[in-house]
Amino acid sequence: MHLQIANLCKSFGYGAQRKEVLRNVSFDVNAGEFVALVGSSGSGKSTVMRLIAGLDSPSSGVVSLDGRPITGPGSDRGMVFQKYSLYPWLTAAQNVAFGMELQRRSRQEIRERTAYFLEVVGLADSARRLPRELSGGMQQRVAIARALAAEPKLLLLDEPFGALDIQIRESMQEFLYHLWQRTGLTALLITHDLEEALLLAGQVHIMAPSPGRIVRSVAVDLDRSAMGQLRLSRPFLDLREELAQCLRGLEPALPT
Amino acid sequence: MPAFRRLIRHPWALGILGIGIVLLLWFLIAASGTVNKLFLPSPQAVWQAGQQQWSSGLLLKDAAASIQRVFIGFALSAGLALPVGIAMGTNVVICRLLEPLMGLIRYMPAPAFIPLLIIYFGLEELPKVLLIFIGTFFFNTLMIMDAVKFVPRELVETALTLGGRGLPILTRVVAPFIAPQVLDTYRINMASAWNLVIVAELVAATEGLGKRISLAQRFLKTDEIFMGLIVIGLIGLVIDLGFRALMRRACAWAT
Repeated sequence: MHLQIANLCKSFGYGAQRKEVLRNVSFDVNAGEFVALVGSSGSGKSTVMRLIAGLDSPSSGVVSLDGRPITGPGSDRGMVFQKYSLYPWLTAAQNVAFGMELQRRSRQEIRERTAYFLEVVGLADSARRLPRELSGGMQQRVAIARALAAEPKLLLLDEPFGALDIQIRESMQEFLYHLWQRTGLTALLITHDLEEALLLAGQVHIMAPSPGRIVRSVAVDLDRSAMGQLRLSRPFLDLREELAQCLRGLEPALPT
Repeated sequence: MPAFRRLIRHPWALGILGIGIVLLLWFLIAASGTVNKLFLPSPQAVWQAGQQQWSSGLLLKDAAASIQRVFIGFALSAGLALPVGIAMGTNVVICRLLEPLMGLIRYMPAPAFIPLLIIYFGLEELPKVLLIFIGTFFFNTLMIMDAVKFVPRELVETALTLGGRGLPILTRVVAPFIAPQVLDTYRINMASAWNLVIVAELVAATEGLGKRISLAQRFLKTDEIFMGLIVIGLIGLVIDLGFRALMRRACAWAT
């Protein structure tokens, strides 16, 4: 698995209304990596994700998966949204099975994989519950299970924990990290939360707005054996502060 | 008085109380004799008129005729509005082509089409069914179109990234999402269909609940007019409750 993004540009609108959203964005994601794009709103990070998912097409530049340019959405790139991530009329199990049914897998395979992935995200007991009966964190875990069950080469996470309370966010971050370790999945995370990116990703790209572009790329090499302590460890805090200053420098100063 | 309290807290208690008060007032005013019987028949007289029409089989025949017209006309309207509304909600070209046209026709009062329909199709069943169709089709279509437009983009895009294409997106994402709103649309517009059939029958018919009322007017039988109005209201209420029950059963996730 190799995702290549090279000189990616995207503009919306025409003529005087034309708005440049992305300028010359380049980065790579290799098999088994966890990569994060961090930026404020308007930095075009969600646009990058939509272009990779094939939900939009670039104005110029390359988005290719294993050497083949991406021309539209497909099940090789699973996606988890922040809002409306589940089908409200389907139970947790039916949601997980949904993608596999679209792929026309055999009934038995669907049943087995549904049970397996619900187990993986720790929701085997909630298989028959409707989304509205699940907490926000549980809903996002079902959405992740559904994306994984469809066997994507790459998992795209668009602010997956953005709508959750801070305590739940933290436990979901640990959950996602351990899931990544256990399953060896390849993930691209979009977030405005620098801490989240540093906790989870091996490679962090900082994006600046107007037009969206990558201003800094950091390889994060931290000891993640104890997630709880990591948040408070010196190297983590130093790196966070350094990058936070970089992010602050991108914002127009507020009048004081 | 805990039993009384429990009774009054029942969700239907106050509604039944409201109806009961109006019935009681009606009974008292009619019994006091201050209003001419010709204008306000007593509840007993209305009940008798009802019984008479029931035993002669007239009531059942009239109700059946009206209900049949409503169901045929509305089934045509609902059945055609569903594909057209979905097409308008999903396709910008179709929407821009049809929305102004429908918005215009929607504001033409359906009863104003009656003279034309009579000239074209005479006095048989067809013009009445078509009147119901004209009076509900455009509302049904535009309301279904709106429901489709409000399908969250994320739900469709999730299906796309799971490998979904074309028709399954429509049948497995759009259709279940709009089902509750479609049922509600039908429930609301069914009320207009029911109004229109009575209007059509007032103008021209040999049987039907509307026809019965206009005949009763000719002979100044206000008790029969009252009876007809109440029966029309009751049938409408039953249809409305039926739609609500269907919604609760079929779309439990949305209620």
